[in-house]
Parts: sequence; C-alpha cells; structure tokens
Amino acid sequence: MDFTNAQGLLKICKDKRISISKAMINREVEIIMAQEKEVIEKLAYTFQIMKEAINKALTQKIVSMGGLIGGEAIKINARRINSDPVCGKIISKAISYAMGVLEVNSSMGLIVAAPTAGSSGVIPGVFVAIQEEYGCSDEEMVDALLNAGAIGYLITRNATVSGAEGGCQAEVGSASAMAASAITQIMGGTPEQCLSAASTAIINTLGLICDPIAGLVEAPCQKRNAMGASNALISSEISLCGIMSIIPFDEVISTMYNVGKSLPRELRETALGGIAATPTACKMCIR
Amino acid sequence: MLVGEFNERYVKKKRWMGDLYNMNNISVFDVIGPIMIGPSSSHTAGALKIALLAGKMIKEEIVSVKFILYGSFAETYRGHGTDRALLAGIMGFNTDDFRIKDSYSIADKKNLLYFFEVNKTNMEVHPNTVDIIITNETGKVVTVRGISLGGGNISIRNINGVDISLSGNYNTIVVKQIDTPGVAAHITKVLSLNKINIAFMSIYREVKGENAYTIIEADDEVTQDIVTHLEKNSFIESAILLEV
Repeated sequence: MDFTNAQGLLKICKDKRISISKAMINREVEIIMAQEKEVIEKLAYTFQIMKEAINKALTQKIVSMGGLIGGEAIKINARRINSDPVCGKIISKAISYAMGVLEVNSSMGLIVAAPTAGSSGVIPGVFVAIQEEYGCSDEEMVDALLNAGAIGYLITRNATVSGAEGGCQAEVGSASAMAASAITQIMGGTPEQCLSAASTAIINTLGLICDPIAGLVEAPCQKRNAMGASNALISSEISLCGIMSIIPFDEVISTMYNVGKSLPRELRETALGGIAATPTACKMCIR
Repeated sequence: MLVGEFNERYVKKKRWMGDLYNMNNISVFDVIGPIMIGPSSSHTAGALKIALLAGKMIKEEIVSVKFILYGSFAETYRGHGTDRALLAGIMGFNTDDFRIKDSYSIADKKNLLYFFEVNKTNMEVHPNTVDIIITNETGKVVTVRGISLGGGNISIRNINGVDISLSGNYNTIVVKQIDTPGVAAHITKVLSLNKINIAFMSIYREVKGENAYTIIEADDEVTQDIVTHLEKNSFIESAILLEV
C-alpha cells in the first residue's frame, strides 16, 4: 500500500499493526516493484559501506580535497578512550563516526549519500554507535534503515533534501530526523514516537543555513553532521520518554520547506553568505 | 502498460511536471543512496552520470572530449572533483568506482584527449550545467548538455542542438530520425512486438521535417536486437540504447 504523507503512513502502521520499516518495504515491493530479498540484500551492502567508511576514518590518515578537514574522527575517538568524554560515550562515538564519514567523503572516498553526500555522516554515526553500545545485530540495523528511508522519502516527496533549495536544515536536518526515527524504532518506540522524534529533530534544526567555506563539502558541514547525530539521539530520547512533538510531522516538513524557500539565495549552498562570507573564509577561497 | 495501450496522458504529464514527473517513484535507495565517491552528490556523482550517459551517445571509441562548465560547476569544480568525475564518466566508470580519483592519469594512459573550459558569463543556464563535446575515432562529433539536480539525479537537456529531456533512471532508447510521418508508428510497433512497457516517450525536434529525437524510457529490459530492429527504417539515422 502506498503512502504519500506521515498521516497515511501512521494509518497503515496502525491498521495493519506493523512497523514503519515494514510499511516501507511493503511500499518498495508494491510501488517500486522490487523483490523484498533484493531490497534487504542491497540495504545490507549499503550498511556495510557505511561501516567501512567509519573504519577508514578511524584507521587511516585522511586529508580532504580542499585541505580544510582531516583527522578529526581519530582525535575524538582517542579522547573517548583516554579520558571521560564530556558528552558521554554514545554521543562521543556518534560524533566521531559522523565526522569521520565526512572526512572520507571530502577525500573522494566511498560513502552513502543519506540523504545527501553533505549529510552522509549522520546516519552511519548514529547507527554504528547504537549498534556497538546496545549490541544490535546487522539485521536489526538494516531493518532500521528502512524506517530512516521512509522518513527520507516523505521529506523528499513533500519538501526537499537539497541544500541548494532548502539550506542545511534540508540536508543535515533531514538526516537527523531519519536517524532519530530509526533509532526510536530500534529502542522499542511506536510509529507515533518515531515520527515524533523525527519532528523534534527537524524543529530543532529549522532555519539552519548552508554556507560551505570555499564552496567545499568540508566545513562547517563536518561539525554540522556531528550536531545532526547528537540531535538525533536527544530527539529520540525525548520521544521515547513519551514527550511527543506538539506539531505533527507533515506540518513540520512543510514548514521546513517554506523556511528553506524563504532563505535568501546567499544562504543556500552558494558560499556567498553565512560563515562562508567571513573575511577568514574568503581568504581560503582565493587560495 | 503495454505500448499498444500507451497512454498519451503520461507524456503530457511528464512535460508539464518537468523534473518532478517521477516523484511517486522515490525508492528507499534514492534517499539512502547512491553509494558514491564523494564529496558531492550533485557535483561529483551527478556530474559523472551526465558524462556516463553522454559517452554512451556515440558508438565508436572516444578519442577527445571537451567539457564546458557553467554556474556553480564553473566556480567550484576542482574542490568537488567535478572534473575527475566527468572524465571518469566518459570512460564508463560508475559513481562508486575508486578509479574516479585517478581519472586524469587513466585518460592519459588511454590517449584520451580532454579539455576543460569554464563559462562564467552565461547566467541563463541551470546552476549545475555542463556541455560535453565528444569526438570519436571516425571524426564524428556529438554535443550533449546535462544538468545536475541534486542527490545524484540528473537530466540530459540537449543533444546536438535539439532540446530534449531524459533522466537516465530508466532503460532509455535515443532515436535520431528525420521528422516524417510514420516514424513514431514504426517505433511503437517495434516496441509493441517486443512487449516493451514504455514509462515515457517523447519526440523532440527543432524544425518541422528536419532532425528530430525520440526518447523512450522503458520499464523493461531492452536488448540490442530491438534497437537494431528500430534502425531498420530509412528515416531513422541511429538508435542508441542507454542501459541503467
């Protein structure tokens, strides 16, 4: 059965007593006409690529194409191992992994655009941190990717995930919402709680601009991915406590879209405004 | 939907909705994917896909290629590896191929000549636009304009001066023909005989009675036999298959 908005998705989940992941794979089979087995296999491969990117960032010396980032994941990881991370172990892991994937991305390494290359650290960061800390199986994580995919599909269909159209809120905000919903499901949350976590994640990043220094997918993108990962974790925790979003997901994403459209062009991936337009950043453009 | 039942409404709908025509076909792999070499889905993966499709528009071996970059492509191509990705696409690499990073040296080894030109004056075009001018070993030249829409999605907008639209998301047949009555009927008949389900089909031309292109995007697998069969019409100059 197809669904085009969160309300429709929730109705299917309630009527059939199924998870968001199950509703999403049913849609893949019925609407996209894919084979269920193939979808799972391809997602398992996708998750493997995410893990390999993290592993690469933690074990190899990386320098980005633009030279603005490289080596951050290793530093964060080392501090977590050698001392007590101020944000706690799980968030420390999630931000280290998320920033590491951005290092791999910016050095022309292999990543999964989730939903975009600029926001490709959030989902792997959160997923692998959760998997390691809670001992989840790969199968559980792959199932949760379907939940994240459902949220990403709803945003792509009804709003945008493009930074040029909607700013960073559309990229990292969306990735954060996808991760928040997925881990809420892993932790035993209901479909309502998943969507509520996704709503909270987007509301928390509403208005976030896209202002890449020198036009590169490096900074501030990398730290924004760390923010997106921690935002996913707190949004999920809030929702799992039964503290629901006051505004339903459909209204949240149409708001995000409207806010994105009302952002001036300078703040949407043109590198003409925000942090990209500071004197220090401009010197880097000339270099 | 079989060709026989081909519903013209879909063609009209596609033209009307432009790039959004396949919104209801968004899959989990469109939002968690593509698996790609970074750093940018639009400036790296998208650029590669445009060049990959462009490279397939010519049959014999490519000996030289020129890229003209516009808008954001022109401003930021080096830091995004857009140049390496375009060259990789021409050589037939996919978006997840580790060789993208080394595409310059691979092209040199193959004796493939490449030229990059930036155009920062034409602001009329989409911000991520590239013109690709390909020359093959027989001296034949094909010019393709593509735009990168974000998230790795692209659109080919012009072939040899004729404005067209194709997404590369389907198995696609590009037919170059003389604009004459009966050619479209021949095409649909061949496809119908081979039970090919058309997702979208459009005819594009510059001037009535001159060069025209028919773009067919199919749900099913299209074989080279079908394409060869399509070419058996005196008004069809060439038919090229672009497989997904």
